[in-house]
Amino acid sequence: MAQTRRSFLTTSTALASAALFPMPALAQAAPRVVVVGGGFGGTSVAREIKKLNPKVSVTLVEASPTFTACPFSNLVIGGLRDLKAQQFNYDKVRAAGVNVVIGTAIGVNASGQTLRLADVTLPYDRLVLSPGIDLRWDALPGYNEAAAAKMPHAWRAGEQTTLLRNQLTAMEDGGLVVMSVPANPFRCPPGPYERASLIAHYLKTSKPKSKLLVLDAKDAFSKQRLFQNAWKELYPNHLEWVSLSAGGKVNSVDPETNTLTTDFGKQAAKVANVIPPQRAGRIAELAGVTNQTGWCPIDPVTFESRQVPGIHVIGDATIAGAMPKSAFTANSQAKVCAAAVVKLLAGEKPAQPKLINTCYSVVAPDYGISVAGVYEPAGGVLADVKGSGGVSPADAPADARKTEAVYAEAWFRTITSEVFG
Amino acid sequence: MKIVLGVFAATFVFSASGLHAADAPPGAASCSGCHATNAAAETPVPKIHGRPAAETIDVMTEFRTDKKPSTVMNRLAKGFTEEETRAIAIWLAAQK
Repeated sequence: MAQTRRSFLTTSTALASAALFPMPALAQAAPRVVVVGGGFGGTSVAREIKKLNPKVSVTLVEASPTFTACPFSNLVIGGLRDLKAQQFNYDKVRAAGVNVVIGTAIGVNASGQTLRLADVTLPYDRLVLSPGIDLRWDALPGYNEAAAAKMPHAWRAGEQTTLLRNQLTAMEDGGLVVMSVPANPFRCPPGPYERASLIAHYLKTSKPKSKLLVLDAKDAFSKQRLFQNAWKELYPNHLEWVSLSAGGKVNSVDPETNTLTTDFGKQAAKVANVIPPQRAGRIAELAGVTNQTGWCPIDPVTFESRQVPGIHVIGDATIAGAMPKSAFTANSQAKVCAAAVVKLLAGEKPAQPKLINTCYSVVAPDYGISVAGVYEPAGGVLADVKGSGGVSPADAPADARKTEAVYAEAWFRTITSEVFG
Repeated sequence: MKIVLGVFAATFVFSASGLHAADAPPGAASCSGCHATNAAAETPVPKIHGRPAAETIDVMTEFRTDKKPSTVMNRLAKGFTEEETRAIAIWLAAQK
């Protein structure tokens, strides 16, 4: 009902204006899209809408003038890459015609179709939220923002990445590193295991008497067989993974003593990397598009919220069925969402999409593995296309692993160049 | 009646501004996540935008049937029918 009434009001205004000032009214009728979140999803959707229809006014709201990419930040932690190689600005995004506003979105008036920032209110015809994740400071006893300064999560790249890297380099040889991995769902399902690999690589090459202990709240994980085969081959003395059923779930942490507690006892760490449970970025909750899980149910064709009409959600914040929370997914969803938004603004019906995800993980400098998938809307969610997708072959030769490591790096360069270049 | 008016107004505004772009067929927009659209980009991953459609169709068919080895493309090509692959190839060929 509200939607119908709003459409009617918009229409009335447009027709009335058109009658009084025919030509200017047309110019003023440029539809307005506001996007929140300048990561792989939000920046892509803003640019794609502008590309598909240059007449749409597109505003991108992002809190930070510098974007620090999470993909490949595990290489920074492992000492194989500089954090600067992860950082991008929005100059080219502005040059592409997107109005970039540096600020924090603090509220949405869905019925009035406005987004509120501290000092400005932005009206929209369609709002796209790509807020990524927030860390849940209420989910793991002992772990809060203050604790993260001692026991870094490094699950949002930037200062936290540097902190974890510096703790590893400052640690004496022989020290124990402990990582805590949450239950599903969380950003980047293979990410903790890539990170474990690259920390183990650092320990093996620079601190050979040290070891990494991975305490996991799960019994199974992404690319598990490939990771475990690689660990056995490359890091037999430097990496130990403890599954949920072996007592790996961390129930609480104590930043004073750098200790993690499981059902089986306390584990003191020289360096503790605590990856806490997560939920959709804050603005999603403020906009009313999250459900009881903390994530956002969406229509798999348009990415419009199941809960609030006129608001679309893409990327890590969504409940996207079979699609994992990855940068590639966010970029792929952004393109589909952009096409749908442009159609909806034109009063047309969005087409049934297909989406792709490809995620590389770097296990060692010359050793890459991947998971790839194709998805389509089915039964109201994004489902795997039968017969497609899967992980790298378990028996691939060394040169295939090397090729995937090269492709991983090429992927990062290509996608960041598409999104930020 | 209200809805009909709304659609009419939106269509009128858009067509008056000449705002339509060629629609990408399902899946096609995802390719540029790995295959750079910028001809100057330095990458070992082949450029496929602007490539003749027949070439793309041939290669994709070989990936789908595992006649041509690859890293991820065998897994991805199986997600598209012949008809979908053809539509993607034709669209890619038309991109600069």
